[in-house]
Order: sequence, then structure tokens, then C-alpha cells
Amino acid sequence: MLEIKNLHAKVEGEDIEILKGVNLKVNAGEIHAIMGPNGSGKSTLSKVVSGHPEYEVTEGEILFNGEDITELDADERAHLGLFLAFQYPVEVPGITNKTLLREAYNTIARANDREELDPLEFEDYLIEKLNVIEMKDEFLNRSINTGFSGGEKKKNEIFQMAVLNPKLSFLDETDSGLDIDALKVVSDGVNKIASNDNAIVMITHYQRLLNYIKPDFVHVMMAGKIIKSGDIKLAEELEAHGYDEMQKELALNGEAQ
Amino acid sequence: MSEETKALESMIGEEYKYGFTTDVEYEEFPKGISEDIIRELSTRKGEPEWMLEFRLKAYHAWKEMEEPSWFNATYKKPDFENLLYYSAPKKKPQLDSMDDVDPNIRETYEKLGIPLEEQKMLAGVAVDAVFDSVSVFTSFKEKLADAGVIFCSISEAIKEHPELVKKYLASVVPVRDNFYAALNSAVFSDGSFCYIPKNTKCPMELSTYFRINNMDSGQFERTLIVAEEGASVSYLEGCTAPMYDENQLHAAVVELVALDNADIKYSTIQNWYSGDENGKGGIYNFVTKRGICKGNNSKISWTQLETGSAVTLKYPSVILQGDNSIGEFYSVAVTTKKQQADTGTKMIHIGKNTKSTIISKGISAGQSNNSYRGEVKIGKKAHGSKNYSVCDSMLIGQECGAHTFPYISSQNPSSSVEHEATTSRVGEEQIFYLMQRGISEQDAISMIINGFVKDVLKELPLEFAVEANKLLDVKLEGSVG
Ligand SMILES: Nc1ncnc2c1ncn2[C@@H]1O[C@H](COP(=O)(O)OP(=O)(O)OP(=O)(O)O)[C@@H](O)[C@H]1O
Ligand SMILES: [Mg+2]
Repeated sequence: MLEIKNLHAKVEGEDIEILKGVNLKVNAGEIHAIMGPNGSGKSTLSKVVSGHPEYEVTEGEILFNGEDITELDADERAHLGLFLAFQYPVEVPGITNKTLLREAYNTIARANDREELDPLEFEDYLIEKLNVIEMKDEFLNRSINTGFSGGEKKKNEIFQMAVLNPKLSFLDETDSGLDIDALKVVSDGVNKIASNDNAIVMITHYQRLLNYIKPDFVHVMMAGKIIKSGDIKLAEELEAHGYDEMQKELALNGEAQ
Repeated sequence: MSEETKALESMIGEEYKYGFTTDVEYEEFPKGISEDIIRELSTRKGEPEWMLEFRLKAYHAWKEMEEPSWFNATYKKPDFENLLYYSAPKKKPQLDSMDDVDPNIRETYEKLGIPLEEQKMLAGVAVDAVFDSVSVFTSFKEKLADAGVIFCSISEAIKEHPELVKKYLASVVPVRDNFYAALNSAVFSDGSFCYIPKNTKCPMELSTYFRINNMDSGQFERTLIVAEEGASVSYLEGCTAPMYDENQLHAAVVELVALDNADIKYSTIQNWYSGDENGKGGIYNFVTKRGICKGNNSKISWTQLETGSAVTLKYPSVILQGDNSIGEFYSVAVTTKKQQADTGTKMIHIGKNTKSTIISKGISAGQSNNSYRGEVKIGKKAHGSKNYSVCDSMLIGQECGAHTFPYISSQNPSSSVEHEATTSRVGEEQIFYLMQRGISEQDAISMIINGFVKDVLKELPLEFAVEANKLLDVKLEGSVG
């Protein structure tokens, strides 16, 4: 579904290279986890893949279902089924969650020649999706993320994911800021959304999340590169020894500079 | 500048769609201002002696006054000697029906989306069409007359209803109020007059549509609205002008009088030509608008959507004289390119338990400068009075400016004044967020801006809400680069 080849990206108009040759392949039905120290480029990777204009791809390719999407605008990528649950969801005063989602849902439907939902049908559809993550309906009529608590914002991202039903979702530290109960509810929700037709890439600092959402692959990102990939055992290893030790070990084996 | 900001700027720089000129033959009239010119103007209009005296008094007052310069805008001062103070299309003096209106002028209004034929008009809206210095047509006059409502050009009112005009003209904005009000009093050419009798709810929306066509003429219109005890009316003005490289002056005076239990709602959709991206041309919009809640329990509400003009200085105000009277000001001011707007309101609380609400939303883009200037004054006897003000500014791009100048003075400890102000930037992160959800850049920007202004636009009469949204879109939409 997604294939990233030797991806290099820098901050637009400046000489700051952040991604320095990322390789990643994600197939339908898979769940991946990316871990890595602060500032290693995880969020940047998710933004570059979803088309944030602040970054410029200088080398490499991003293939989505075989098509190179590097030149597409963010909305066009969303129409293909890309979704990003933001690490820091922004507040957009004056536009309600419901308005956003109806516009978004119908725009994506139109782009894919699917049927749009009229306001009444959409209302029912939203209520059904609220149940996925046990969110109260009052959030529908509030401005996007405006005045939401940290945890509510994260939950709202997954709610939007449930509504838009994307093919490939990046969840950037969705677990950070959720309380223990909310983490469980949100994880259950993500598990319900996950299917053989879609794929999920979770970015996280905590192994705890991986107990709830079981990844098929775990990757470690450092200094703008994925330096090691494996299964869930890799996460356990990290939890026990930290990034420093892993980097030293890799250096000894000549796998990283 | 990032891609997003560039796209935003290009959207906002959308071409002005009302910039065409109408080819009409004008009556000859000399340029400049003097006693003779004013006499000539008054004669042309067939005015009674008292009106000429009013004008001459105003002219002499104006000559002694200084052009103000305290506001947050810089511009080339108008050359008052080189202006044309009267510009009337050559046509029969008395228009009896639509057919008497110059077909070119009729077509102009048609192009502007204001058909003058009653059957084509928005149902429930009566229109007074002012072309340069004169009112060319007023619709639905008979229907309104049945309800006892007088709606006509001010020139006609001066002749037909002199007792009303004499009583109220300059009763809210005195001749010497300010430089431009004095000038207007001396040379005003036309405008609208509305009189709503006792306990009458005006059966239609009233509206005046102002069009400056002649390049050399200034437009000095005068509007007077009087709502008697228990009367209510909703009035809307719209304005556009052709694109000229020279600046044109528009200096109107609007006066509203609300007696006991009366209610006046005055809405403006201002879309004068605002000049090009280098700041060349455009209208100077220097108007004085003031209402007085003279009676107890009366209410005056100003709603404005200001999108045009090169320079705007405008402070629609309410004098809350009657006990329990209410003043409201809802404003959206959009500035783009090199536009400069210094606008806001004054709420003068005199009576007991008077209330005022101010909601001002400023949007600045390009290299424009958008200032809110508001004064809330609570007098000694205004026991239990309240004011609530919100002034929000939204910036688009890095080169524009937004400023807020609130002046508050209260001489009554039992009263309260509340002021909130915010400034935000249309964030690239917000646009990216919406785009990530599948929404196009243009729609994302539109949604953010509409979200910002909706508290004000919902105050516009229903018939014009659509119009206002369209205008905002014209101003803010366009090709995404
Ligand atoms: N627009 C930018 N301008 C300058 N530096 C940037 C910009 N965007 C990202 N960076 C830098 O790139 C590096 C990677 O940032 P990124 O947000 O991707 O890290 P991360 O792996 O998500 O970290 P965390 O775990 O703390 O969320 C950081 O050092 C960050 O400061
Ligand atoms: Mg991050």
C-alpha cells in the first residue's frame, strides 16, 4: 500500500535536512509502530507523507498503491485515503467538528465517485461512529478542537479517522495525553477500524500502547532514518535498554554511522 | 512566503467585479466649492430658501474647520477645489415610472444585481437607487405609502415633507460635528429619507443602493430615518463604484432617530472600489453615521460588512438617551492590498439601564491596515448600564496590520463595561489540518473566514445574508496559485 524509498526531506526554503533516507513498506492489513527519540523525525515523516507544504522532498519516492504521490497536495492525498492523526491537533475556531467532517466526508466521496450523504443520513452515520470511541455527541457541535482538553483532542482525531475510514493512517503519539481508561477505549476503537483493507502506522514512545494495539512490525527511527526494524520484541528490548544502547550496539555492528 | 500564504494572498486579491463605467450624459456643472456653487446646486435641485440657508451656514462653518488627522491612516488629502459637487445624469427631472430611467443606468443596476423593475426585485425589499448625486428611482413607494411609511429621496422629502426634515435634519449629527459632516451639510446632493409612523412595523425591508459613476464627482449623500413611537424598520445600504486611478471622495451623513419603543436596524454592505494592488485609486469613505435612542425602550442596531474603499473612516454610533434603550454594533471589516480602514463605534450611555453590545471582526490581508476604534462612555445618570465589547482581528500573511483602540470612560459606578480582544493569524497549520481531511485549500480558507465572521453576518437581514456571503467570497476567493 505505502512504499517509501530513500526519502530525504528538508525544511522548505532552508538548509535543514530532517529525513535522511527513510525506507518503509506497509501492506494492507498491517499495523506498524515507529519508535524513536525526541527530534528523530517521526512527526516529520508523517507530515511529509501527508503533504505538509513546510517540507520539501529532495530525494526518494513515496508510492501509494504504486502511484508516486510526492507532487500531490495534501487534500489530494487525503482523497486517496491517507489520514494523519496529529501529535498536536490544531484548534480551528468557528468551524464545528460536524461541519468539517461532513465537508471532508463528502469531498472525499465525490473524489472517489462514491455517493455523498445528505445532512440527515450523515447525522446518523456520525452517531454510529461516536460509539466506536465512546465520544459524547456534544463534541459534534463544538468548534474543531477549540477548548478541548489534551486527551479530548487525541480522541477527536481517532473519531475523525473512524468517520473518514481511511486506507492508511498515521497515528502520531495518539496515546500521549490519554488517561488509562481513555487509552483503552481509543485502542479498542482503533482495533475496530483496523481491517485487512487498511493499514496503520503508529508513532509512540510507550510500549504500553503496543499491548493494546498489537503491531506486526516495529521500527526504530533515529536522526532521520529507520535504523532497525523487527517485531514487538524490538519494543521490549528498547523499553529495557533505551535508544543509547541500541545505537552503540548498531555502531559496533557497523549498521549505522 | 510559504505556498499557503501566497495562495491566500492571491485569493484575497481577487479582481473587483463592479469596476465598469456607465456611459451617461451629465448635466453641466462647474467644479469647486463656493457660495455661488452652493446657490447653484440648491437652485438646480429646486430647494426652498430654508434649505439654502442651512447649506450656506454649513459651508461657512466648514471653511473654518481643519481636516482631521488623528486616525490611523495616511493618504493624499482630497483637493476640494477640484471636485465636482453635483453630478446628475441628463434626464427628465421628474421620474414617474421605471421607463423614465435612462436605459444605461437601468442596465447598470441590472449588472450590479439590483434590477429596478419591481417584479424582478427581491420580494419584500424596496430600493432607492442613487446614481452619483441623485436618486434615480425609488420602488414600491405606493405600497409603502399604504402603510403610512414615507420612503423617498431626501430631495423629495425636503419639498414634500419639510416639517419633518426641518425637525430632524442635523438633530443627531450637528452641522459642526466634524469636518466632513459640515462639508456634507453644505453640499449633500441626495440620499434617502424614511419615516415610519407611530406603532407601524415597516412592511418591507428598505434599501438604498449607492453608485458613484462620474470620475470627478464626490458623493455626499444624506440619509435620515425617523421611527416614531412603537415603530420599527430594517434598512440596508449597498455601494459600489467604477475603477478609476484617481481617488474619489464619499462623505455621507446618516442620522437615525428612534422614539419610545421604536426599533431601527441599519445594515451596510460597503463595496466601494478599493484601489489596485499598488494603492492607486479607490474611494475615500469618510462618513458620519449616528443614531439616537431618544425614547425609552428604543433600540438602534448597526450591522456593517465593510469590504471596499481605499481609506475608510467610519464610526456608526448610538446615543442611548432613553431609559432602557439598546445600542448594537456588529461589524466585519475586510482590508486587502493597500486598503486602510479605521472603523468602530461610539456608544454614549445617558439614560438609565441602557445596554450596548459591540462585536467587531477585522480581517486584514496583503499590506493593508485595519484598525478598530471604539468609545464607550457611561454618563453620570446612566445607572445600571452595561456595555459588552468583543474585538477580534484576523491576520492573513505577514505584511498587514491590525490595531485595536478602545476608549472607555465611566462616570457611574453601578454600570459595567466589559471588553475582550483577540488577534489571530490564519494559520498554515489550520489550513493544513483541513486539507489533510480532504478539503481544498480554497474551501479551507473560506471555512475559516466564514467561521470567524458568522456571529456578525447572522445579524444581517435574511434577504441579504446570501448577498453578503457572496461578496465575501468574491473578495476572498479566486484562483488558488
Ligand atoms: N519547520 C522546521 N524548522 C526547523 N526545524 C524543524 C522543523 N520541523 C522539524 N524540525 C526539526 O526536525 C527534527 C525532527 O522533528 P520531529 O517533530 O519530526 O521529531 P519527532 O521524532 O516527532 O519528535 P518527538 O518525539 O519529540 O515528537 C527536530 O529536531 C525538529 O526541531
Ligand atoms: Mg513528534
